[in-house]
Amino acid sequence: MKNVGVDGSTTLKVYESRGGYVAARKALAMDTNAVVEEVKKANLRGRGGAGFPAGVKWGFLPKDRTTTLLCVNADESEPPTFCNRVLMEHDPHQLIEGTIIAAYATRSQVAYIYMRGEFHEQFHVLQKAIDEAYEAGYLGKKVLGTDYALECYIHRGAGAYVCGEETGLIESLEGKRGQPRIKPPFPAIEGLFRRPTVVNNVETLSCLPHIMERGADWFTGIGPPHSAGPKLFCVSGPVNKPGCYEAAMDITVRELIERDDMGGGMLSGRKVKAVFPGGLSMGVLTVDELDMKMDFEDPRNYSLLGLGTAAAVVVDDATDIRLVLRNVARFYGTESCGQCTQCREGTSWMQRIAQRIESGAGRMEDLDLLLETARNMGMMPGLSICGLSDGATYPIETIVKKFRPELEAAIRSQPAGQVEAVLQAAN
Amino acid sequence: MSWKAIDRNQAVVDADAPPLLSEGVREKILSYTHRYETKRAALLPALHLVQNTLGHVSWQAMVEIAALLDIQPSDVFDTLTFYTHFWTHPKGEKVITVCRSLSCEVLGGAAVLDALKARLGIEEHGTSSDGQYSLVTEECLAGCDHAPCMLINEKLHKNVKLDDLERILADGDNDRVDMPRSDLFDAPPVAESKQPASATEDDSRTTDD
Ligand SMILES: Cc1cc2nc3c(=O)[nH]c(=O)nc-3n(C[C@H](O)[C@H](O)[C@H](O)COP(=O)(O)O)c2cc1C
Ligand code: SF4
Ligand code: FES
Repeated sequence: MKNVGVDGSTTLKVYESRGGYVAARKALAMDTNAVVEEVKKANLRGRGGAGFPAGVKWGFLPKDRTTTLLCVNADESEPPTFCNRVLMEHDPHQLIEGTIIAAYATRSQVAYIYMRGEFHEQFHVLQKAIDEAYEAGYLGKKVLGTDYALECYIHRGAGAYVCGEETGLIESLEGKRGQPRIKPPFPAIEGLFRRPTVVNNVETLSCLPHIMERGADWFTGIGPPHSAGPKLFCVSGPVNKPGCYEAAMDITVRELIERDDMGGGMLSGRKVKAVFPGGLSMGVLTVDELDMKMDFEDPRNYSLLGLGTAAAVVVDDATDIRLVLRNVARFYGTESCGQCTQCREGTSWMQRIAQRIESGAGRMEDLDLLLETARNMGMMPGLSICGLSDGATYPIETIVKKFRPELEAAIRSQPAGQVEAVLQAAN
Repeated sequence: MSWKAIDRNQAVVDADAPPLLSEGVREKILSYTHRYETKRAALLPALHLVQNTLGHVSWQAMVEIAALLDIQPSDVFDTLTFYTHFWTHPKGEKVITVCRSLSCEVLGGAAVLDALKARLGIEEHGTSSDGQYSLVTEECLAGCDHAPCMLINEKLHKNVKLDDLERILADGDNDRVDMPRSDLFDAPPVAESKQPASATEDDSRTTDD
């Protein structure tokens, strides 16, 4: 994030004056395999949610390929994540430089930046930067005066969470419904237009110029060994300074919320009740679990799915946990693409149950019903095509398990007769 | 994403009508096809363009887009209905999209939505009687550091406060759209109903909640 907050950071002139495109020049002077090796050595793990090492992913591409395509995942639709937005808004050239390096390393001819449809200002900023890059000869037929040719287009989405999933993104790019594909074949073998394809997140690519410029050792020197390099952390909700902060992956959730150079503590009079530390899909923490480390490994110890997007949303003690449950369940209920039965039915039933509980007509059995539904979805029983199904079960399961006393108390204090009234109305 | 119900009683396409999409729009759509290996891949950009010029994507427009991209109109419809951002019937001049995800809701997003409903006299998915505003909700707009937030057309309004709504609704930036509607669209919209005369729900009702 070195250029965020600098005047004119979106322009090529300022970016160049601060050492921009030096790394791309260096990379293009190297052999493509050497670039891949350097990125492998840096252990750059994907910032898009899955944490898969980028260099290893590139290594899956078939050796004898003729055409390769690069997709930049700028869909950023996991609530409440906005770090890619910050990067594109303030430092578009860093993304373009990272794209050039990744495209060169994977020998891609075209890079498509898949940007969510709700980004309008960001679209204009990035498009302008791309135009500048074409003019300056960083993109086009002769990238930086070499024989390497790269075209770069922005492709805009239109409001669907699953299009952030890599094969959903590919389908959407092909002009179809954004329904994820069954894997294998993985995109590296057969992706966009049935060509070998690499999908990487905006933040992952934005790390590349720094790795090329300062070397893999500099990168691995930051943070714990399994979670190398700087990372952007988002924090939102009732904190004093919601925003996006850069740090090594050794900070805790508590630090992110309370440190003066980060979240700056809670708004006066509010107390933490729950935190979703990595985007909704990873699950929830209680106030006693704030010492969790924000790296790729520690979240597992708190029965979370993973680090996710490292975007924390804080829920304060004035908020009813039933509202949180309903909001989360609604998200997956409306965003499931509907291909897999257990995901389509599971998410929509969880949504209905959660709505009923919030409306004051919950039954004690509903809590177990939610858990049972959640247990029967997802990758673990091997039923789903993409990760949305898993992403739906973790938050629901962790909310119900970790906040069970509060939910039970709320259900117990409902006025008598509510449940019967609702059931009767439904019949 | 959303599921849309079609009104089957409405006559959809008039085969004798003059083309709806202007030469400019057609050329632009064809120019997109060079970016991709298949023509169909230009469908999303084409839909964005047509919706920006026309305000929505009518049946007639779908047929014409299909012809340009060598696909069936049903393919266009299939894709279009997957995405919440495209609609098949006119909406108000300005579409207000309120974020309903967690950060915004914790910080008062629902109250903003209620205030807008009361101010405009409409429900979600409705259009105000003067045809000025339509109201929809969306999941996280990736502006959570400025929660609660909402889009009016393409302008993101951040940290929305209830006593600030009038100023926000009057903001000149709300009118901005990517592509100026007028120069890309010359033929008058044939067989298109005008803006709904009274406060009605849209015909293509999203049934996602
Ligand atoms: C339901 C679902 C939604 C996703 N949404 C996004 C997204 O919005 N942005 C993103 O970068 N990755 C998203 N991903 C992760 C991508 O599938 C993929 O792992 C990522 O783009 C790979 O890039 P990386 O290796 O650079 O992280 C999503 C995954 C799933 C299952
Ligand atoms: S798991 Fe859910 S979102 Fe993913 S492909 Fe299946 S139905 Fe669609
Ligand atoms: S939760 Fe409203 S913008 Fe993210």
